[in-house]
Formats: sequence, structure tokens, C-alpha cells
Amino acid sequence: MSTPHDPGAQLQPEGTTEATTAAAAKDALHTRRAFLFKLSLYLNGAVGAVLAVPIFGYILGPAFRKSASYNSWVSLGTVSEFPEGETRLADYRNPVTMVSDGATGNAACWVRHIEGKRFQVFAINCAHLGCPVRWFAQSRLFLCPCHGGAYYEDGSRASGPPERGLFEYEYKLVGNHLMIQAGAMPTPATEACAKKPKPLIQIESPSSAAPAQEAEAAERSSSWPA
Amino acid sequence: MASLNKRSNSAAGRTFAWLDRRLGLAKPLTEAAQHPTPERSASWWYVFGSAATVLLILQVVTGILLALVYSPSAGEAWGSLQFLNHNVTLGWLLRAIHGWGSDFMVAIVLIHMVQVFLFGAYKFPRELTWIIGVFLLLLTLGMAFTGQVLRFDQDAYWGLGIGASIISRVPWIGGPLVHMMLGGPIIGGQTLSRFFALHVFVIPGILLALVGLHVWMVLRLGINEWPMPGRIVSKATYEHEYHELTENSGVPFVPDAAWKDAVFAAAIMLSVLACALYFGPFGPTGQPDPTIIQTAPKPDFAFLWIYAVLAYLPPELETPFIFIAPIVVIGGMLLLPLVAGEGEKHWKRRPIAVLMVGIIAVTLAIFTQLGTYTPWSPIMEAWSGEAIPVAYLQQRSPLERQGALVLQNKQCRNCHALGGVGGMRGPALDSLATRMTEDQIIRQVLQGGGNMPAYGKALSPAETRALVSFLMTLREKNLAPAVDASRSLTHAGAMRVPAKSDVVRTP
Ligand code: FES
Repeated sequence: MSTPHDPGAQLQPEGTTEATTAAAAKDALHTRRAFLFKLSLYLNGAVGAVLAVPIFGYILGPAFRKSASYNSWVSLGTVSEFPEGETRLADYRNPVTMVSDGATGNAACWVRHIEGKRFQVFAINCAHLGCPVRWFAQSRLFLCPCHGGAYYEDGSRASGPPERGLFEYEYKLVGNHLMIQAGAMPTPATEACAKKPKPLIQIESPSSAAPAQEAEAAERSSSWPA
Repeated sequence: MASLNKRSNSAAGRTFAWLDRRLGLAKPLTEAAQHPTPERSASWWYVFGSAATVLLILQVVTGILLALVYSPSAGEAWGSLQFLNHNVTLGWLLRAIHGWGSDFMVAIVLIHMVQVFLFGAYKFPRELTWIIGVFLLLLTLGMAFTGQVLRFDQDAYWGLGIGASIISRVPWIGGPLVHMMLGGPIIGGQTLSRFFALHVFVIPGILLALVGLHVWMVLRLGINEWPMPGRIVSKATYEHEYHELTENSGVPFVPDAAWKDAVFAAAIMLSVLACALYFGPFGPTGQPDPTIIQTAPKPDFAFLWIYAVLAYLPPELETPFIFIAPIVVIGGMLLLPLVAGEGEKHWKRRPIAVLMVGIIAVTLAIFTQLGTYTPWSPIMEAWSGEAIPVAYLQQRSPLERQGALVLQNKQCRNCHALGGVGGMRGPALDSLATRMTEDQIIRQVLQGGGNMPAYGKALSPAETRALVSFLMTLREKNLAPAVDASRSLTHAGAMRVPAKSDVVRTP
């Protein structure tokens, strides 16, 4: 992009000594500027590193909190709402919600009243990929609409893609009220119940099940005689 | 230049000259538009890339228009979509165009990729163009997924749940990743905000920048020549050969090749509009309220095949598969031009490449097709909604009819079809008794096995007896029931050649 009226070209013919000193001075200036430029890069690198702390802290914030820290005791209603021997759907408002959550702040769970003070409270989220399972009282099964997972009434795996039983909430009875420990949406890694050990990949095997379930599982899954 | 001079007399010409003196874009843009294209590449096969770009622009424009009304808050998003559908003038049409534009874009990007692959266009020196293209495909799919989330309905809600469940299986950091994806402990306001930011700022920003780079490289390296069997790409000679080809037989891209791009892009836009007008917008389906569990969530078209794969994978293979398969597939696509950067371009000389495309296309098509009717899902209402075909009740004993009632009441039909109606999770029962003996049926019902739960605890002995006696009547065309061949032998108490009468057991 040279134009015919290059100002640099006009300066050239005016005395050689002046030209060399000017060139030397310009060179010195250039190295200084190059050095300063390099320095400014480091400076900006340092500023970037400092800025990265709040940026990543902000984005990763939710990741640093333990699942259990979201949980607290929520009431599902009085015991009389859950007749003995039946499994019923119960709704509750999640303990951690914001205004913008709207209906998504609601949650549901399946309450199985075994007898007396013995309950089981299952997440509606399928242990496979989280779809809402439905209870069928007549066949005593939970069925999942997504990929056809099935669970027995005690939440253990019956068939289909899930590799484990339903997620269970911890519960307690306070007076006449049934309370569960809820807050974080249950997934294999963020399971609500803190009691059980939580292997990341849990494949249903006799050794991992409780002794009573073990016998049951063996009885159910005995394969066909050839 | 002559035409430019002539125009400079008019007012418009003078304005143009004034602008270009300052912008200096006329010359580089004209050069880019008229860059020499190999004559045979001015073909209908080379129109997909530009169509994808035009669709992207359509998506940006309609997306901005939708953002004028859409409310990215979990409590309001669903309502704002209803408002768009019913109260905003032509809001439904814009939603429909944006939705169908997305489906078309995924399809055209895929077709573009297949064409580039089959024409060997990813080979030297266009390896990086392909690699960027792979990222463009992933970003396009990312837009499709996040867009589906913004349509904040039941499908979006449970789709997020599926996403979270998949991520939670990442070893060690699954839990933190879930919370990072959701922006908190549950799917809620923060989740939608995150996906809104991704869909509206982050992904489109990267997408547009990479499209710019992709197009720049196409201009710089030239449009791929029409492949010829036997014309081998070699790094030493290719650039020289390509240069010669365009020198000798090149045509200016505009207008000689571009008219086809323009016609195709117009046809695609019209198709999007036609689909939008005819089929209307996608959803929203039910409200994103997790206490409403009467739902069978389903992903959008582009992801149906994944949904199907997840239903068919054996449980113990699933976690390794969902993490290893994408790495292998994406890694393979990224490495392809680096591994096979030279050699034959023509599809006739690359049988394995053609075979691979064929197999992948058929596989995706089959899984997508399965995903549209989800044979693995129980039909939750079949037991209460579909009556037993009358023919199966005629000339049956009271006990057998009682068994039919048990079959219906115990929700067997949710998974098993009778007379073509009912779930497809398990086998149809119409000719069950010709396949299984009475003992086998009893065992299967009580103990389960294969994909069937055990019903031992859900059936009383009387119910079991009635059910099995009904099941034993299910023999199409009145074929003889299956028998256990060894039974008669044990009964007879001696080994002998089975007589004819042994094959059909009479009760
Ligand atoms: S989510 Fe329940 S079976 Fe897949």
C-alpha cells in the first residue's frame, strides 16, 4: 500500500549523518517499545489469570456444593394419608427454590406404607435415565414410560434397562407427619438417600443387595432351564 | 471497472464510490465472489454448504424475533410460548419456521458432510476445513438440543432429566457435573437460564465465528474439484494441479456456480415455510411440572436414535458405551483427514467409505424409526383402554374367561399385545400356547425372566390358574398347544420311541 507521496521517501536524501543518528534513535525506541509490548502481554496474562478466578468460580459454583447440602426435611403430610399396604403419590415443594422456578420447584415421590412405622419413599425418577415411573397397584410394579424399566413394589429392579433399584429418600416420623430428606434431584451420582454406600456404577448383583432382597432376587431371576 | 465509472455519474454511483473509498470492500468482495471454480464443481452436488449457511441466517433472524416475546424463566417460559402461539400475531408461524428451520439445518448439515466425505473433499489441503466442519455439526446439534430445552415443556423437562442422569454417570465428578449443568440441585429457573445463555449467546457466537472461518478457508483453498477415478491426491503436486485446473477450465463462482446455490437455498427456504405452514409449530406439550407424571417424554427428531439406542443397550454395557462411543465417533471424524489426507477421492475407488456411509445411514434410520414408535415402552393405558378381542373369549370356559379378566387387570396388555393392540415390550400373546408349554408359561409368569418381571407376588394361586388356563387357549388357527416332549416319556416310565399320539398331548 505505498502511495506516491510517501513522507519517509522525502526524508531520505537530507544528509547521511542525520539519517543514521535518526535511524539509530528509532531503533532504540523500537526495541524499547517491543520490550514494553512484551511486558504488557505478561501484564494482561496476569490480569486474565486473576479474572479467571471469579469467572470460573461463578460458573462452577453449583458444582462445589455437596448434593447433601441441598437436602433438608420436608413434610409429605400426615401418616393417615398413606394407608397401610398401599403405595401412593405424594407432592411436595422442593426445600430450595427460587421465584423463577415456577412449577419446576414442585416434586413428587412414591410413598409405600409397609405397615406400622415402616415406610419406603421412592423418587419418581427412574434409576435408568430419570423419567417419571408410574405405580401399577394391581401388578405391584413401577413401570417407566421411557425405555420400559420395571421395578417391584419394594423398589428393587425387576427388568429393563435400569441397572439398580429406585432411588429412596430417607424418612422419619415426626409426630403424625411423614418427613423425607429431599432437595437435590436424585440421579445415580446425586442420590437423595445418604445411608447407603453409593458406588458410581452399581450393577445389580446378589452381593450388593441386602440378604432378604438377595433371596428374593435369586428367586426371581432364576433363568430358564435349557 | 467501466461499469463502475458509468455508474459514478448517477447519485447512487457517487454514494457507492464515497462509501467504497472509505470501506475498500468492493474489490476484495468482487474477487472473492468471482474466484475461479473448477467447471464441473459448479454442480447441484455442491449446494448444501451454502444452503446450511442460509438456514443459519434464517435461524438467527427468527430466533431474535422469538426472543422479543419469550421469557427465559422456568415459571413463565411455557406460558410465553402459549402466548406466542395464540396471542402474538403470526407468533405461531415464527415458532414453526424456527423449529422446522432447525430440523432442516441438522439434515442439510448432515447431507453436506456425507457429500464432502464421498467426494473426498476433506483430503489435502482441506483437512482443517473438515475438522472445523465436524465442530460445526456438533454445534448445530448443540443448538438443536438447547433449543428443545427452551421449549420448556414436559419433554424438555424430562429431557433435561435424561441429560443429567447421563452426566451423573461420569466417574468421580458426575455429581458436581450434574449440579453445574442444572445450575443447582433441581431442574428449575437456573437450568433454563443456563440453557438460554448457551442457545442465544455462547453456541451461536462460536457457530458464526467458525462458519466465517470455514467459508474463508473454502475461498482460500478453492472449491473441491470433481473427483475422477485414478486422479490421486498427493501433497507434493496437488496444489499445482488444482491451480492448473482452475486456470484452464475455471469459471467464476458468481454467477456460473452460484445460481444453483441460490436456487437450492430458495427451495429449502420455501420447504421450511411450507412445513411450518402445514405442520405448525412444535408444542409446547404439557407444562413442565414434575408432579404431573402421566407423560411419555420423547426427544426431538434429531435425537430419537439416541433414545432408541439407550433402550436397547444391555444395562451393564450402557455406561461404558455412552462415554466411549462419542469419543470414538467424534475422534474418528476429527482424525479422518489427518489419517487419509491423500490418495483416491472418487467414491468408486473407496468401497469401504461408501459402505460405511451406507451402514451408518441405515443404522441411524432404523433407530430413528424405532424411536418414533418406541416398541420398548409399555403402553400405560392399554390395560384399562383396550378390550380383549371378542374372538378370544368365544367358546371359552368360565375359568378361562376369568383368566382373561386377570390378564386385563394385572396390566399384562401394557407390555403384551393381543389382536395387534397393546404394548410391544414383550411378545404378542396371540399364539403363545403354540410356543410355550403350560409349565413354561407358569414358570415365566411367576418367576419372570428375560425382560419380564416376576408376578409371583402379584398373583394369587387362583388367579394364576385362571390366567394360565386362558393363556393356554391362545393358539392361532387352533394349532395344537406346545408340549414337553420328555413328559410323556417320564410318565410312561420307560424309554421308547415316541408314538404319534405323544406329540399332541390331550388334557
Ligand atoms: S428412564 Fe426409565 S427405563 Fe430409561
